[in-house]
Amino acid sequence: MQPIRRRYSLTNNFTLLLMGAPALLLLLVFNYLPMMGIVIAFKDFHFDKGIWGSDWVGLKNFEFFFTSDNAWRVTRNTLLLNAAFIVTGTSLTVILALMLFELGQRAVKLYQTILFFPYFLSWVVVSYSVYALLSGDYGAVNGLLGHFGIEPVLWYSEPKYWVGILIFANFWKFGGYYMLLFYTNLMGIDTSLYEAAAIDGASKLQQVRHISIPMLTPLIIMLTLLSIGRIFYSDFGMFYFLPKDSGALYPVTDVIDTYVYRALRNTGEIGMAAASGFYQSVVGFVLIFASNLLVKKTNPENAIF
Amino acid sequence: MTLHKTRINPAHIVLHVAFLILCVAFIIPLLYIVSISFTSDIEIANNGYLLFPKKITTMAYSYMFRTPVQLVRSYGVSGLVTVGGTMLSLFFTTLLSYTLARQDYKFRRPVSFFVFFTMLFNGGLVPTYILMTRYLHLKNNLLVLILPYLVNAWFVLLMRSFISTLPLSLVESAKIDGAGEWRTFFSIILPLAKPALAAVGLMIAFNYWNDWWLSLLYIDEDKLIPLQYLLYRTMSNIMYLTQQLSTSVSVNIKDIPTESARMAMCILAAGPMLIVFPFFQKHFVRGITVGAIKG
Repeated sequence: MQPIRRRYSLTNNFTLLLMGAPALLLLLVFNYLPMMGIVIAFKDFHFDKGIWGSDWVGLKNFEFFFTSDNAWRVTRNTLLLNAAFIVTGTSLTVILALMLFELGQRAVKLYQTILFFPYFLSWVVVSYSVYALLSGDYGAVNGLLGHFGIEPVLWYSEPKYWVGILIFANFWKFGGYYMLLFYTNLMGIDTSLYEAAAIDGASKLQQVRHISIPMLTPLIIMLTLLSIGRIFYSDFGMFYFLPKDSGALYPVTDVIDTYVYRALRNTGEIGMAAASGFYQSVVGFVLIFASNLLVKKTNPENAIF
Repeated sequence: MTLHKTRINPAHIVLHVAFLILCVAFIIPLLYIVSISFTSDIEIANNGYLLFPKKITTMAYSYMFRTPVQLVRSYGVSGLVTVGGTMLSLFFTTLLSYTLARQDYKFRRPVSFFVFFTMLFNGGLVPTYILMTRYLHLKNNLLVLILPYLVNAWFVLLMRSFISTLPLSLVESAKIDGAGEWRTFFSIILPLAKPALAAVGLMIAFNYWNDWWLSLLYIDEDKLIPLQYLLYRTMSNIMYLTQQLSTSVSVNIKDIPTESARMAMCILAAGPMLIVFPFFQKHFVRGITVGAIKG
């Protein structure tokens, strides 16, 4: 009896757990152990004493962080710049996807490839391009301004231009990616809808307004919700490499991630770094959790949980 | 003639022109890197960076090739990390994702929660940094460039939804024929999952190849510097480049064309992969579409 029964017990749960074990162990070490480490935010951390040996200081680190101007500045920059990226990125790429869709499959291959290309570049490489354009001495933009008799601008020490520069850079790097995303979504629409609309005399613009955009809306809503969930986190490479860590630009380009990094690595204010990191993790968690709940409400298939 | 004429849609011409302008605007910043690398420093000093230099010179490249030690070393580091990391990561990710795709797996819910919770919450930079340096002693160790990225919940999610589309009833019949879990995985699931392995593997490889974050945090020994970090150092400190180039005795530091050499470094370090990656665009697009469908 015994061997037959074993043969038909189809799931070997223990073996399956063993298969996942290497990956789960890595997650435990590199993701869960650091979570325990958030207690550092409540300690006066010294490297030689270690996490458990360092003294508790209660909320002192948070007091320092929130009473400095930094807390407000980095929170504002993080939220506003990310919001600007979401609005400009989404609207422009939806328009581009609609344009691409109108042109039809044969024509679009070249445009697709070129616009998608910057996605493959790292922010370090992008910083070379930005430097070639914006360098104070030799930069291409200043060269162009010179032709029109306009004084050269010291881009790396003028914060007022950087909101625009960062929005451009963000669109340049990710525009092709999102355009493609929306375009593939449009390709999935049943063509008979357009045929029927055309027979009823709907113009191209009416078709876009009453068919394409409504069909894209669920994806737009979902992506926006997911981005809002991550609005407290920013793309470190962009904010660290493009402004070349120029102190004069901090009022505009300094975000939570770059602030934490500098406090940890350059100024050695580990307490402040830990407190601001804790603040980011906790608020970030609430936002991601909330946005995930909303995604679940609108489209349960796309929720993480 | 008239038939042909009516087929040209003026609205389409406008759209094409708009796209062409956008494409040119997207390419120009990159062309500048190429142009500058072929311009002499004297011309740069006189005219600034030009898209079309009056004279093309390969001097910057000949300097780079005279002492390519660091560049070659960095290629080695990046290559090793990418190949080793991708293979291990793909193997562990696929194994875990397969178990999560199995509806009959008893621990599926708790294990899924364990994996995907890492997408919601993380300890942040400071605890991670202290763990890696003080407790795991991974600073200036090649492993630090590989281990932290081996398992990523996002790729597990992606891989799981790929595997869920496979006919998992095959697993059942394999079991009835007496195959164990491991044999089922290796002889049935892996061959079927090949397209998924290609798409996700490519994304993992791309992540490793383009990474500067781990080296920025944990590496400062020259012999362990990957390409992206080498580029960052060259950008932030031109002296670093001149030091590298002047290690051979015959070079006078003053003669080194730093402006063009910096851009030549960028081309040599990033160029080859940039030409390769777009060829895999198709796989990326597939990853994107699945990613879009599934979170």
